[in-house]
Amino acid sequence: MKTCVIKTEKLTKVYQLPAEQIQAVRDIDLEINAGDFIAIMGPSGSGKTTLLDSLGCLGKVTSGSLKVMGKEVSQAHERTLVSMRREFISFVFQDFLLIPTLTAAENVELPLYFARKPYNREKTIEVLKKVGLGHRVNHLPKELSGGEKQRVAIARALATSPKILFADEPTGNLDTKSSQQIFDLFRKLNKDDGLTLVVTTHNPALGALAGRIIYLKDGKIVSREESSLYA
Amino acid sequence: MKVLAIAFKNLRRKKIRSSLTIGGVAVAVAVLVSLFGFDAGYQRGLDNDIDKLGYHLLVTAKGCPYEAATLMLKGGGGLRYMEEDIYRKIIADPRIDKITPQLVSSVYNQEGAEGRGAFSLYMGIEKSYIELKPWSKFKSGGWFSGSDVDEAIMGYEAAEVEQRSAGDKIFVAGINKVLTVTGIFERTGTQDDGILFIPLATAQRIFELPNKLTGIGIKLKDIRTIAAFEEDLFNVPGIQVVSLAQVRGTILNLVSSARAMASSVALIAIFIAVIGVTNTILMSVFERTREIGVMKALGASSVDIFKVIWTETILICVFGGAAGVLLAVLGSNLVEHIIRQALPYAPAGRLVFIKPIFLVVSFISTVVMGLVAGTYPALRASLMKPIEAIRSGE
Repeated sequence: MKTCVIKTEKLTKVYQLPAEQIQAVRDIDLEINAGDFIAIMGPSGSGKTTLLDSLGCLGKVTSGSLKVMGKEVSQAHERTLVSMRREFISFVFQDFLLIPTLTAAENVELPLYFARKPYNREKTIEVLKKVGLGHRVNHLPKELSGGEKQRVAIARALATSPKILFADEPTGNLDTKSSQQIFDLFRKLNKDDGLTLVVTTHNPALGALAGRIIYLKDGKIVSREESSLYA
Repeated sequence: MKVLAIAFKNLRRKKIRSSLTIGGVAVAVAVLVSLFGFDAGYQRGLDNDIDKLGYHLLVTAKGCPYEAATLMLKGGGGLRYMEEDIYRKIIADPRIDKITPQLVSSVYNQEGAEGRGAFSLYMGIEKSYIELKPWSKFKSGGWFSGSDVDEAIMGYEAAEVEQRSAGDKIFVAGINKVLTVTGIFERTGTQDDGILFIPLATAQRIFELPNKLTGIGIKLKDIRTIAAFEEDLFNVPGIQVVSLAQVRGTILNLVSSARAMASSVALIAIFIAVIGVTNTILMSVFERTREIGVMKALGASSVDIFKVIWTETILICVFGGAAGVLLAVLGSNLVEHIIRQALPYAPAGRLVFIKPIFLVVSFISTVVMGLVAGTYPALRASLMKPIEAIRSGE
């Protein structure tokens, strides 16, 4: 039996702007099991990123229930969210968001440092090798190509051995070839290592890799489908 | 990798901006150290000058107390004269240990100060003068051959400047006299070094001031009788009594305006530096909003972010403080020169006296200043919400 890593009930997130309220996501019921590869798709402004941020414990939700690794975190204090992020969760962003002053290796070690977990350069290099960047250990982000930067970001996300990896449009800024490398990497991480992946994307090819695709429109889930390719 | 490394690398990102901010802090610290140094140096110099006066009291003709104070220390100024009779009356007082009459006159010498013209100071003295100043020793030569002879004893610096030795003849330009140098005093570190001493009677004769004095230096047997002694002299017409404590107070009053000015400059410099540091760091925080959001997404707590930003501020202040301390030490000669030009009276010896404790205190205050300056930017950064921060640039 698969372990449930994320479970939401009527998850709703409202942004309060000066003039209006925006219901970014509404009444989301979702269950994600360990080892799932889920793609969240939908038009721009449909709430994909908000849903990803909420599931990833980046902020409080407005209402509904959100359980991550069995813990109710929908109204949790920031301190709890920090420890959830340290323990179980990792992020990859569309524009990589590496720290420009730190080398590839230092970027990878950063989450370990914040999580007060031990790190050493050998292990860091291993992780970088895993994403195919064993030769870029001491390079600064500005010395890397877009695809390489994103692979450093993935290595950074893997450093803490998370349970769930969230990726927000991970190939949105990459060319086809680099995107393909990221796809392959994700597939490998999911298949071989059993890492749970939750990815937002506009890219149907990436969506097709996922075991399950959730379509959002105006903050609501409009359809769910099991990917045929995945099987 | 530590907070320190993250902070340091970030400061290196904008080298010019960081350097300018560090420079601002350095200048503020240098001003602060110099000010402390000046305060200490001036008081030390003044105390030293007063100690080396040798007397407790100076009796002068009635006049401006500032003049009297200047006269007492410098031997110059706009001079007033009193009758020598007063000296003869006071000398019998049993409370007096030593007493010496003096007549100071200044002569304008067109050739002095490398052709720019300068005043030479002449002081008519009697043998009692060096009894009051036992540290005044002859480097060469000796005392005058008589009580009214055309002879002079030169202060160390006066002889040095004019390249004279005992036996030489010197020409007193303003009054067309030639004096023979009978001796040269050793360096005393006081204003005496720049004075030409002549016999009192000679001074009265050549400056055409018969039976006149400018001052009477008095050393009492018991310093505790000074108040009563002053009180008695208060009733003698035409004179005033200036005591050491008064002179010290008067001089410190004279420089207090300069000190107040310097203090406000230092305060303003520090204030500007603090604002500069806060501004720089705040700017850098806003520029890095997304990075800060990412660090939070990667597991950094608010405290972690606060530490990173605070460390940056402290680093700026540590570098600025160190540079400022160095600047103050290296620049102390320049500061000394500028202050000397600006002050009405500057004691002999070093004016800017930088004690190691000043460096330590200034450095520590700078770091404390960094803590204060960094608090707001660090707080702003630490309170950023990860989602809003990360999505802010999109």
